[in-house]
Amino acid sequence: MENNFSTDTKAKVSEVIVVTSGKGGVGKTTTSANVGTGLAKLGKKVCLIDTDIGLRNLDVVMGLENRIVYNLVDVVEGNCRIKQALIRDKRHPGLYLMPSAQTRDKSAVSPGQMVKVIDHLKEEFDYIILDCPAGIEQGFQNAIAGANRALVVTTPEVSAIRDADRIIGLLEANGFKQMDLIINRLRADMVKRGDMMSASDVVDILAIPLIGIIPDDENVVIATNQGDPLVGNDTPAGQAYANVVHRIEGKEVPFMNFERGVSFWTKVSGIFHKA
Amino acid sequence: MKHFFRKKSSCQVAKDRLKILLISDRVNCSPETMELIKADITKVISKYMKIDAENMDIQINAKGNKSGRGKTPILYANIPILDLHKQT
Repeated sequence: MENNFSTDTKAKVSEVIVVTSGKGGVGKTTTSANVGTGLAKLGKKVCLIDTDIGLRNLDVVMGLENRIVYNLVDVVEGNCRIKQALIRDKRHPGLYLMPSAQTRDKSAVSPGQMVKVIDHLKEEFDYIILDCPAGIEQGFQNAIAGANRALVVTTPEVSAIRDADRIIGLLEANGFKQMDLIINRLRADMVKRGDMMSASDVVDILAIPLIGIIPDDENVVIATNQGDPLVGNDTPAGQAYANVVHRIEGKEVPFMNFERGVSFWTKVSGIFHKA
Repeated sequence: MKHFFRKKSSCQVAKDRLKILLISDRVNCSPETMELIKADITKVISKYMKIDAENMDIQINAKGNKSGRGKTPILYANIPILDLHKQT
């Protein structure tokens, strides 16, 4: 087996992206898994780090839960080398996961230690994606410590938007220059009848650049059941995540129009079901 | 015709509520600090003119200029002047 950790001396300019939201359950882990997988599909070297110590989940969403030997806390405490804690995703070359510890708590790692780990990983990876825990306490501080860019995930709901606003304020206070918004679980039918805020409503309120609109799609649940992120698949959310990945790479991709009429995708999937 | 008189859509309600909510969330300034600022402003202005400190009103408002996230907080002070030419 080839060793992907050769001593490549040329310095890589890696992006360290924290996926955060404030509120729990809005799709941070799903977004981390899909963005990471999507970037790997484009041939990038990607390291996903689960920073949710005590409540790890990125491993199950990625379908890698049975392969965990060491974790982030083991690395920090010196029980293993960084390489040993990285799980290689066999489906996508270049994709690695550093799982979190399940039996410890947030205080097991400090922001300074996170920065150290990330600095090491930067030498090997194009992208380091940090799945941030909910809340604004130490877990959040750990997750943002080594990042230079943030994806703020929200849903079009009052509570999620309020928390996202707080998170954006905290990121600004911590010197983040690049923050992009992902609006998750948008329902075009509800937007159309005036019962859900539209993407532009949310962008107006939060006032940071929009990088993705993910429609509410049952395929996300199915993909999570199977432990196989749906990015790039022929599903509404899979396409939406693929677009996010391209935008992270700096390409201009027009937003899918979920808000015009009955969603385009409902029609398409309707056709597929009939056939 | 009933449709025209229907109450606001829940989307509009959410937006209105959020706007109010976020103004107070974003103003990260304790009432004690506000009182201190108020006292200091009173002291400074009183050097030059007679003001009605009782009825003065200061507040932080999120309506700012377009820098940052387009909502730099602004400190507003309404200070009634009782005598503009205070003699010293």
